[in-house]
Amino acid sequence: MLMLKCPYCGVMADETELSAGGEAHLKRFGPQSSAEDFEGYLFARENPKGVHVERWRHVNGCGKWFHAARCTLTLEVFGTYSAQVTAPPQDIRDAIRAKHPDWRWRDMA
Amino acid sequence: MSTRLATGGRLIDHAAPMTFTFNGKEMQGYAGDTLASALLANDRMLVGRSFKYHRPRGIMASGAEEPNALVGLGRDGQFEPNQRATTTELFDGLESTSQNHWPSLDHDIGAVNQYLGRVLPAGFYYKMFLYPRAFWKHVYEPFIRHSAGLGKAPQDRDADSYEHFHVHVDVLVIGGGIAGLQAACAAGRTGAKVLLIEQTAHWGGRAPVDGGVVDGISVDAFTQNLIAELDAMENVTMRLRTMGAGVYDHGYVLGYERRTDHAPDMGGPRHRLWRIRAARTITATGAIERPLSFSGNDIPGVMLASAVRDYAVNFGVAVGDRTLVVTNNDDGYRTAIALKNLGLDVPAVIDARPAGGGALAQEAASLGIRIETGKAVAKALGGKRITGAAVCAQAGTGSVDEEIECDCIAMSGGWSPVVHLWSHCGGKLIWDADHAFFRPDPARPPLGAEGQGVVMAAGSANGALDLAIALADADYAGRKAAEATGYRPKRGRPPEAEQAGEAPILPVWQMPEGADQTLRAKTWLDFQNDVKVTDVQLAAREGFESVEHTKRYTTLGMATDQGKLSNINGLAVLSEALGQAIPATGTTTFRPPYTPISMGAIAGEARGDLFQPLRRTPMHEWHEANGAEWEPVGQWRRPYCYIQGDETPADAVTREVTAVRQSLGLLDASTLGKIIVKGPDAGQFLDMMYTNMMSNLGIGKCRYGLMCNENGFLIDDGVVARIDADTWLCHTTTGGADHIHAHMEEWLQTEWWDWQVYTANVTEQWAQIAVVGPNARNLLEKFTDDDLSAEAFPFMTWKDVTLNSVRARVFRISFSGELSYEVATPAGMGRAVWNELLAGAEEFGATTYGTEALHVLRAEKGFIMIGDETDGTVTPQDLCLNWAVSKKKHDFIGKRGQQRSHLCDPKRWRLVGLQTLDGSVLPDGAYAATQARNANGQRKTIGRVTSTYYSPTLKRGIAMGLVENGPQRMGEVIDFPMLDGTVQQVRIVDPVQYDKAGEKQNV
Ligand SMILES: [Zn+2]
Repeated sequence: MLMLKCPYCGVMADETELSAGGEAHLKRFGPQSSAEDFEGYLFARENPKGVHVERWRHVNGCGKWFHAARCTLTLEVFGTYSAQVTAPPQDIRDAIRAKHPDWRWRDMA
Repeated sequence: MSTRLATGGRLIDHAAPMTFTFNGKEMQGYAGDTLASALLANDRMLVGRSFKYHRPRGIMASGAEEPNALVGLGRDGQFEPNQRATTTELFDGLESTSQNHWPSLDHDIGAVNQYLGRVLPAGFYYKMFLYPRAFWKHVYEPFIRHSAGLGKAPQDRDADSYEHFHVHVDVLVIGGGIAGLQAACAAGRTGAKVLLIEQTAHWGGRAPVDGGVVDGISVDAFTQNLIAELDAMENVTMRLRTMGAGVYDHGYVLGYERRTDHAPDMGGPRHRLWRIRAARTITATGAIERPLSFSGNDIPGVMLASAVRDYAVNFGVAVGDRTLVVTNNDDGYRTAIALKNLGLDVPAVIDARPAGGGALAQEAASLGIRIETGKAVAKALGGKRITGAAVCAQAGTGSVDEEIECDCIAMSGGWSPVVHLWSHCGGKLIWDADHAFFRPDPARPPLGAEGQGVVMAAGSANGALDLAIALADADYAGRKAAEATGYRPKRGRPPEAEQAGEAPILPVWQMPEGADQTLRAKTWLDFQNDVKVTDVQLAAREGFESVEHTKRYTTLGMATDQGKLSNINGLAVLSEALGQAIPATGTTTFRPPYTPISMGAIAGEARGDLFQPLRRTPMHEWHEANGAEWEPVGQWRRPYCYIQGDETPADAVTREVTAVRQSLGLLDASTLGKIIVKGPDAGQFLDMMYTNMMSNLGIGKCRYGLMCNENGFLIDDGVVARIDADTWLCHTTTGGADHIHAHMEEWLQTEWWDWQVYTANVTEQWAQIAVVGPNARNLLEKFTDDDLSAEAFPFMTWKDVTLNSVRARVFRISFSGELSYEVATPAGMGRAVWNELLAGAEEFGATTYGTEALHVLRAEKGFIMIGDETDGTVTPQDLCLNWAVSKKKHDFIGKRGQQRSHLCDPKRWRLVGLQTLDGSVLPDGAYAATQARNANGQRKTIGRVTSTYYSPTLKRGIAMGLVENGPQRMGEVIDFPMLDGTVQQVRIVDPVQYDKAGEKQNV
């Protein structure tokens, strides 16, 4: 059972307080999008054995969504951060790259 | 035979005799006994039958690793199958029964299975039952059903109670043997908060039995000193009878405390599940002795050497009169010495090592024990009990040198550290060739949230079998763990023990080395599941190279003991058959729990009334007092109907529906979800949430809305009311309130976080009463001077109305097709308003009605219900609700999804009404079929029933359903095959089967 720190209320929360929301930083494709783009948005997900950036909600707490960067293999947590960004902030990237220098995430530089 | 010695037994109290039963037979034991030691004291060695061949099975171990001695304990609501006799503490009045035999333990008919051994080889589950196909029903399935599972499932509700504990500690020490005690002491001395748990009823583990000297005193006395010191530390908590069950993510550990199993009259919860967060965990879980693989090693009377020693020293029980010791390491000699010192007969020690043992061997020799080196047991002799052993050279093929008479064979194949807890959450192992075991790799421990190692192994669990090394190792682990959590270890030297001067182990995976097929076919690896050396070798020949595959194919290690005795021996045999080293084969995955834990402990307090919260509307108590038949809806209880006199529920529903259609009915609609959406951007937001337009809804107006997910599938519906310029009130389904609110928040927080919108789920702030029927207006007018006329208060509007002195918000909406108002008041006023309306309604012959009448009323009108007409794969278009899907809006959640080709397919199943030709009620979920056949030769289905009721209004069965191309097939008759083989002929009709023009609600 994981523990993650909610960046909004500051609580170190047990997984039972949280609900997982899948991959972070997906771009929404709406009515004018191509079939490929829409399929990618709805169904294509990263499935790394390694660092994953993902969405969580502090559902049995303050109710806020947030992001976490976490290694799916070792369960190491590189940090949690606001849900209101479109890419991991620099301090999170630095924390990841300190352990995984070659880490890449989709088309993010 | 097995007997109780006149004196001795460090754990039992000769002055406290106890009576217990085994298969109804009364027996005597002492306080401090385990059920296993007490059974042995009564010469009860045969205690069960194996799973596959029903071979006689005797007690083989003295602890949690026991594969054979599984019994049913207790009776009725306290009955529990598959309990280990070796870990069951005796109490006065204990009742136990053996398992897996018929008609009796001593005479078992299923034992013929053992003669079928040749036709039940490895993988027989997968091979034998395939052909001929006809055999499946009459031969194979009954056979499997008869032999499946060990023990019998309890029939009664569990009479005991259970609870959970939540604790946070700096250092958790699992295992209260000498290493665990030393580690806990070392950590505790720093001031760290320490929890020390031990699965048995005693501290000290094996050390007091095995003996030794520490810091100049006996190991027993040293252990007592550690316990006293720990006891005096306020920062240390100690719990016996508490097993470390599993290690999970980020330092989460489950402990399983068996609080009253040994004292059923004590009261309080039977088991406790400890939910522990530990900054550091030390696994001081000891080691388990391995059996030796020789022919007949499963015959009752063959026992682990350490267990024979435990029974003698701890319980004063001689397992045999003449005990032959067979070993490949020095530890086996400890058993020979202990027995000899108790005056028991040890005909010989058979030592597989050509050079024999070290100091312990010399001690045994000096006691006059005969020692045979380089020898092996070719074959154990006996049926239900050992009568002797044929001895041969270990290096040969098994030609017998001599037969030695004995009634017990104590075997030691070396020791394996208990690495289970270390491994549960990713700790890796290394193969230690010198000692022939896997031990934790300190370089690859389970990791915590910061990537740091959070588990350390200590003592024999870490591979330190020698007392001196184990103590130093444990002391180090305790200090390190405390230091890692921010405490400062004081200087001091670790305790010093005398080293034993042992000779190295000789790995022996088959005895004798060149054993032929006949011997190997009687050499057991897994005693509970009947897996033999030949089975694993066969699996290897058939291409099962992975240890995980071999496990599933042979069932090696899949029994309730999870292979605690068989795993290492099995994978050694597999490695040899594959011609590779043991570490190349590796182990199977260790999964929690370490030994089975009770379902009750997992559930804890979450049962009965506490299973989940019960949500009550303000009128709940009135319903309860007035004949409500409850229907669970989410966490709510809603009245299904109200029973009057000796009505059946069907009678009540008919009466309620009829009253609403003819005059007046009242429904408690408080459970309906109510979400306030407010802010400058609320209209724009709701236009994205709903398929239809909500931003242009006039203040004071109501509109029915549909909500979809991005796939385009319908997830909720309800009436939206515009309260003021920037406030909307969204009604959701009863079950949808929480997740629809969460759905809105998700989009607001993660996609449109720059929009100024706030949401609040106010479902429980309001009581809501539906006043429904031709007399609805007449009733409300009795309580107000406000103008409720059709002109002043038209359909699909809302209004603040003062009912007597209570200010209510009244919505003129209808889910029944009748003139209908939903009266919302602050929750605290709900019951009072309900009472007043009911009193005033009497003159109209009104009734309260429940959810079933609500369903019938809406189905008569063809209104859809989320969860009936929808199942997560149904679009608004499927339900012919295109009118509620905006074509003007350039975007809403689900719009793109609905444009996909498959969702636009004209052959999709769409909503229709259904009427049986004979007027009967269709079964829910029935499928319509054509004569055409699909690729599997089954009739092609073209539709299904989604809602079906008896309509008291139309006096016939009515249904709604989804049918391929349905709306284009009005009037057509289609077939619904029934489960009994008959066929119902059903006409496709308009979903609106009553008051198509909608005249009744528009008055
Ligand atoms: Zn929070």
